[in-house]
Amino acid sequence: MSGLVVRDLRVVFDGFVAVDGVDLEVAPGDIRFLIGPNGAGKTTLVDAVTGLARATGSVRFGDDELLGRPVHRIARMGVGRTFQTATVFEELTVLQNLDIAAGAGRGVLTMLRRRRSVPAAVSSALETIGLADLRDRPAGALAHGQKQWLEIGMLLVQDVKLLLLDEPVAGMSHDERDATGELLRVVSADRTVVVIEHDMDFMRSFANTVTVLHAGKVLSEGTVAQVQADPAVQQVYLGVG
Amino acid sequence: MTVIVSQLFTGVSIGAVLLLIALGLSLTFGQMGVINMAHGEFIMAGAYTVFVLQKVITDAGWSLLVALPVAFAVAGLMGVLLEYLLIRRLYARPLDTLLVTWGVSLILQQLARDIFGAPNVQTRAPDSLTGNIKITDDLVLSNNRLFILTLALLAVLALTLTLRYTSLGRRMRAVVQNRDLAAVSGIPTGRVDRLTFFIGSGLAGVAGVALTLLGPIGPTMGTNVIIDAFLVVVAGGIGHLKGSVIVAFALGTLQSLVEYSTTVSVAKVGVFVAIVAFLQWRPQGLFTLRTRSLA
Amino acid sequence: MKTGMRLSWRAGLGFAVGAAVLFAVAPVALSDFRLSLLAKYLCLAMVAVGIGLAWGRGGLLTLGQGVFFGLGGYAMAMHMKLADAGPGEMPDFMQLYGQLDALPWWWRPFANPAFALPATVLLPMLVAFLLGSLVFRRRVRGAYFAILSQALAAAMAILLIGQQGTTGGTNGLTDFQGFFGYDLDDPVNQRMVYFIVAGVLLLLLALCRQLMQSRYGELLVAVRDSEERVRFLGYDPANVKLVAYVTAAGMAGLAGALFVPAVGIINPALIGIVPSIEFVIGVAVGGRASLLGPVLGAVAVAWARTTLSEEFPAAWTYLQGLLFVLVVAFLPGGLASVARLVRRRRRPPPDPAPVSPAPVLTQEVTA
Ligand SMILES: Nc1ncnc2c1ncn2[C@@H]1O[C@H](COP(=O)(O)OP(=O)(O)O)[C@@H](O)[C@H]1O
Ligand SMILES: [Mg+2]
Repeated sequence: MSGLVVRDLRVVFDGFVAVDGVDLEVAPGDIRFLIGPNGAGKTTLVDAVTGLARATGSVRFGDDELLGRPVHRIARMGVGRTFQTATVFEELTVLQNLDIAAGAGRGVLTMLRRRRSVPAAVSSALETIGLADLRDRPAGALAHGQKQWLEIGMLLVQDVKLLLLDEPVAGMSHDERDATGELLRVVSADRTVVVIEHDMDFMRSFANTVTVLHAGKVLSEGTVAQVQADPAVQQVYLGVG
Repeated sequence: MTVIVSQLFTGVSIGAVLLLIALGLSLTFGQMGVINMAHGEFIMAGAYTVFVLQKVITDAGWSLLVALPVAFAVAGLMGVLLEYLLIRRLYARPLDTLLVTWGVSLILQQLARDIFGAPNVQTRAPDSLTGNIKITDDLVLSNNRLFILTLALLAVLALTLTLRYTSLGRRMRAVVQNRDLAAVSGIPTGRVDRLTFFIGSGLAGVAGVALTLLGPIGPTMGTNVIIDAFLVVVAGGIGHLKGSVIVAFALGTLQSLVEYSTTVSVAKVGVFVAIVAFLQWRPQGLFTLRTRSLA
Repeated sequence: MKTGMRLSWRAGLGFAVGAAVLFAVAPVALSDFRLSLLAKYLCLAMVAVGIGLAWGRGGLLTLGQGVFFGLGGYAMAMHMKLADAGPGEMPDFMQLYGQLDALPWWWRPFANPAFALPATVLLPMLVAFLLGSLVFRRRVRGAYFAILSQALAAAMAILLIGQQGTTGGTNGLTDFQGFFGYDLDDPVNQRMVYFIVAGVLLLLLALCRQLMQSRYGELLVAVRDSEERVRFLGYDPANVKLVAYVTAAGMAGLAGALFVPAVGIINPALIGIVPSIEFVIGVAVGGRASLLGPVLGAVAVAWARTTLSEEFPAAWTYLQGLLFVLVVAFLPGGLASVARLVRRRRRPPPDPAPVSPAPVLTQEVTA
C-alpha cells in the first residue's frame, strides 16, 4: 500500500488561484476526509491529483510523481476517483459498466472478443455494492444512490490503490449513508481513501483523519476531535453550521 | 514588393469576405453552440434580396443600400423561424442540429431553384463600386473590395458595441456564460436565444448582399462558403469575436499567398492543413472560454 | 449463457436469410440492369456500415466518408485505367489532354495489382489514421470533428477537380474496359461483380457485428457517452475512437474500390461535401446505432433517389431535406427504433423493477 504526498500544489485559473500551495500527506490505508466551505478548492485539488487540472508543485503516490502525466496514465497507476455528480455510462448495463472499469489492462485480442463470463472481480464487486440483482439494467435507470455505489464499484474493480471520492453521499438517505460509510471501511482495508464531504455526521462516523481547506489553503489538519476543537476551523466553517 | 503588397490586399479582402460570412456564425455557433448549416442559405437569401429589390428600385446604388437592412431582416426572420421551429428542441443534441439544419438548407436551396431558377443570376453593381483606386501602377485596389472591407469592419464594430454596451448584449453574454444562472436571475433565456439568432442570421443576410458584388449568385452559393465560415469560427475559438476576426484575415492572407505561388485548389488544401496544424497547437481555437464541464 | 446462445443462433439465421436474398433471390428476380443498380446500392451500404460503427456507436459524426470512398475508388480506377492501357502506356484521358509526356510518378505503382488492391483499403485507413491521431489526441471532437471531416471532403474534391491532367478533373475516371482481365461489358462478368459486392458486404457486416458485440464495442459506446469518464478508468479514448474511424475508412475505401467496376465511374461529384453527408442520411433513416439499420437505410434512400430524382428532381430534393429534418429531429433512433418498439410490444413486459436495496456488506472485497 502507498500513501499520497502533495507538496506545494498550486492551481491557477486565468489568474484566479483555486489551490494555493497545499501540502498534504495521507498515510497508506488512511481514510482522510477533506472538508471546507464551497469553493475552497477541494474538487480542484482532486482534479489536479488525477490530471484533469493543470497544476504546479508535486503530487507523489508511492514512488511515482503524478503531476504532468495524462489522465489515463495516472488512472493506470492506481489512482481512481468519482465525481460530484455521479457519472456512469447510462446506456450500458451495470455489468458492462463494471466490466469496462475492470479492463484497462486488457490486450487487443480480449478486447475484440465478446465477454463470455463475468470476471470474478466484477461479480464480487456486484455483491459488495448490492447491485447483483440489477446487473443487466441500464445504469441510466438506477436511482441516484445506486449510481454512486456503481461508481464506487467501478473503482473497486479498477483495482485502484488510491480512491478519491467527491461528495459520495450527497443526496443519499440516512441508511444509504451508513451503508456507504461501511463500504468505505471495507474498501480502505487495503487502499488509501480520500473523501470530500460536507456532511458532518458522516464525517464524524467514518473519518480517520481530516484536512480542512479554506480559500485554496490548508486551514487545519488532524483527527476529527482535533479539527473540531481548532478555533480557526470553528470560525470559518463549523461556526456557520 | 508591390506584388507582395497587392497579394496582401487580396488576402485582406478575401479575409473581409470570410469575416462577413463567418461573423453571424460566430454568434450562433460561437456564442450559442448551434451548428446551423442553413446559415449559407441565409447568405443566399440576402443575395437574392438584392436581386429582387433591383426589380423595384432600378438605381443600383440605392438598391444596394436598401438591400442591407432588408436582407438583414429577411435572413434574421428566417433564422428566428428556424430557431423557434426546430433548433430550440435540439439544444442538447448539437450533432443532430447539424444534420437537421443541413436538411433545411437542402429545402431552401430547392425553394430558390423553384422561385428564381437553377442557373446563376447576375445583379447590377453601382458604378461607383465598379472602378478601382490606383495607388501605384502595379497596385490597384478595387472599390467593391474596399466596400466589403469597410462593411465587414462596420459589422464587427456594431456587433461589438451591441454585445458590450446594450442590455441585450449583456443578457446574451450572461446566457452564454451560464445559462442556468441567467435563467434564475430572471433573464428570459428563450427570448434572448431567439434574438441572438436573429442578429446572427441577419448578419448572414448582410454577407449575402456583399457577395453580389463579387460575382453571380445562385442556389448553391451557400454550400460553397459555409465550410470556410465554420472553419473560421472553429479556429477562432468559441465565445470570442476577436478570434474569428483574426483568423478570417489570417486565413485570407494565407490563401492569397499560397494561391499566388501555386493554384486555387492547392491553396484550399493548404488552408485545411494549416487549420489542422493550428488545432494541434490550440485545440479549442485561438481564444477559449474555460468551462469545467466533463462533456 | 442461454440468451447468448439464442442470440447468435438468431444472428446466424439472419445471416443465412440475407445471403439467400442476395445470392439466390435477387439474381433470379432482377434484370441485369436492376441487379447492377443493386450492386451500386450495396456499395453505398458498405460505407453506411462503417458510419454506423463510427457515428452510431462511437458518436463520431464523420461527414467526410466520401474522401475514403474516393481514395479507394480512385486507387482501383487508376489500376483499371493502367490495365486497360497496357504495359508502359498512358491512360486514354491523359493522351487526350496531351499535357503530359510520361505517367506521373504517383500513378506508376498502381499498375501493379499487388499494390493497387491493398491500397484501396490501406490508403484510406492511413489517411484516417493520420487525421484521426492528430485530432483525437488533441481532443478535437463533436461538432469540431464533424466540420473538419467535412472540410477534408471539400478540399479533396477541389484538389481532384484542379488536377485535370492527372486525375481527369470533373469528369473523373471512367470508360473502363476490363476488370482483372474480364470484359466489363459482358453481363456475366457484371453479375460476377455483383456477387463479389454482395459477398464483401456480408463480410463487412459480420466484422462490424463482431466489433459491436465485443468488449471493444461496449467501450466505444462508453467513450461516446462520456469520454472523460473513460479516461479516468485508464483508457486513452483517442485510441478507442481511432479504431472505429480507421475501420469505417477502410470500409468506405473498399466500397469505393468495388463501386468502380460495378458502376463504371469515379469522379469528384461522388466524394465531395454533398455526397459525403448523403451517406449519413441513409444511416440515420435506418437507425444509426443498429447493425442492419444503416444497410437497409442506405439501400432504401439510394433506391428512392434513383426512382424519384430522374422524373421529379425537385421533389426528391425536398424529400431528402425533409428526411434529414424529420428523422434526425424526431426519430433519432431511425426505423430500427420503431422495429425495436414493435418487438417489445409483442413480448410480455419485463419483471417489475426490484426495490433498491442498500448494499449488503456481508461479502469481503476480493478485488
Ligand atoms: N475550470 C475553472 N475555471 C475557473 N475557475 C474554476 C474552475 N474550476 C473551479 N474554479 C473555481 O475554483 C474555486 C474552487 O472550486 P472547487 O474546487 O470546485 O471548490 P469545492 O469543491 O471546494 O467546492 C471556485 O471558486 C471555483 O469557482
Ligand atoms: Mg466540489
